[in-house]
Amino acid sequence: METILITVAVITVIAAILALLLSLADKYIADYGDVELTINANEPLTVSAGNSLLSTLRDEKIFIPSACGGKGTCGYCKVKVLEGGGPILATEKSLVTAEEAANGVRLSCQLKVKNNIHIEIPEELFNVREFEAEVIGDDHVTKTIKRMRFKLPADLDFNFKPGQYVQLKAPPYEGSDEEVYRAYSIASSAGDHGHLELLIGYTGGIATTYVHQHLKQGDTVDINGPYGDFYYQDGDSDILLVAAGTGMAPIISILHHMRDNNIQRKARFFFGAKTPDDLFMTDELKQFEKDLYDFKYLPTLSRVTDDMAWDGDRGRVNVSIEKYVEDGGNYTAYLCGSPQMIDSIVESLHQKHIPDEAIFFDKF
Amino acid sequence: MPNIHPLVIFFASIFTSNMVFSNFLGMCSFISVSKEIPTAAGLGIAVTFVLSITTVLNYLVYHYIMVPFGLEYLQYIVFILVIAAFVQLLEMIMERYMEQLYYALGIFLPLITVNCAILGVSLFMVIRNYTFMQSLFFGVGSGLGWLLAILSMAGIRSRIKEANLPAGLRGPGITLIITGIMAMAFIGFSGIVQIS
Repeated sequence: METILITVAVITVIAAILALLLSLADKYIADYGDVELTINANEPLTVSAGNSLLSTLRDEKIFIPSACGGKGTCGYCKVKVLEGGGPILATEKSLVTAEEAANGVRLSCQLKVKNNIHIEIPEELFNVREFEAEVIGDDHVTKTIKRMRFKLPADLDFNFKPGQYVQLKAPPYEGSDEEVYRAYSIASSAGDHGHLELLIGYTGGIATTYVHQHLKQGDTVDINGPYGDFYYQDGDSDILLVAAGTGMAPIISILHHMRDNNIQRKARFFFGAKTPDDLFMTDELKQFEKDLYDFKYLPTLSRVTDDMAWDGDRGRVNVSIEKYVEDGGNYTAYLCGSPQMIDSIVESLHQKHIPDEAIFFDKF
Repeated sequence: MPNIHPLVIFFASIFTSNMVFSNFLGMCSFISVSKEIPTAAGLGIAVTFVLSITTVLNYLVYHYIMVPFGLEYLQYIVFILVIAAFVQLLEMIMERYMEQLYYALGIFLPLITVNCAILGVSLFMVIRNYTFMQSLFFGVGSGLGWLLAILSMAGIRSRIKEANLPAGLRGPGITLIITGIMAMAFIGFSGIVQIS
């Protein structure tokens, strides 16, 4: 017993001395003082140096998307550094192409701010907010998809465009010791400033397991956003909406936007699923058919058998596009789903002579 | 406690008992960072610096803390702890005051923590029962030996860069073969003095 106590005590003392030494070094050697951070040629901000650009911007309430939480593995947090970034690091080279590097693109999670620095970021990132949201609804809309409804803080100024996404933070939980951020499209109306809805399908991943097995009503969760350049575009063309699975989320948000603003455009929503059990939010979509100017919900099932109660379209979404979309029409298309699905739909839309400029997509 | 003059240990640890060529320790970073002379020199100097200091620190910790409490069996854990903390410290110092070298070494600098040569020297020091002065000269000499080895290899690799080697041998393959040949050449020194 005595040996154990002495061992623990000695190891603790040695570790404590080393920790103290490192803390002092961190305080005095790694203290780079204050530097100036200039963003998009605006008035420079005075920030304390020594941290990564990502966390420095976060301290200034400017949020850059980062799905991996700053570990240098997702490549989302790229920013253009005009001055003061230093040489590109070995840890950035796998995610920054030679062409991007030549243009000053850097991974903000790897670059340390040590001198005055001048960067350029898209203006819309200034709208990004980080907040704690309370879960007020967690319904299963299918066996594997949950519709999560959150209440936002009362004083939050959160504005997004229908189609954009947010990042939800899954904290460590039993079975996962890391903190991860994952992106989910917003399914609610941009006009509902007090609430947010997400459709989250269970994939067995860290974040979806957290949402499906641990997060419950009354809990709070950290969310930041909005992000993304996939959103509703004003115009007078007809609208094609195509989705599968949880890709329905941004489409629902776009439909809310059309209803809230009484937008009078013809719209068709092609939803691809396997069996009748995979269809969800059908009542809401039927209601949109009643409320909107000229909207039709056209689900199509790819693995339906004769014993299933189904008299709608069968086959892949491409078949529906072939059947319902008129060649050479004036369309704007919004697609949300897996990369394979989107590639194949884009191919079908090209065959209908819909140009790339009129096709917007969100691959996940 | 061997009755060898510290300068003999210093000479031997550079040439006759070189960490790379006679013990094959620290091979990972030796092979990865020996492509260019300046980077190899930087890492070699960093390893020498870390080795010199950690050997002395580990000597003090071992003889003044672990031996009195009868905790010699904890030497692996404690030595690793001291080395890891010291490399962290070195990284902070280099980032602040030697920025060029810091960027040149990149991710290899933290790898010094897991360079077996560093832990190996501290363990040899204990096994061979060295005095403080002997340990100090052994640490510095082993570091300089490692620096000599990586610099020689970087020199050779920068010369064979354009050589028409079979594809399968390029990179680590030829480096290991050259290491073997150099190790054999260093055996030539072993007749001068032996310390192990």
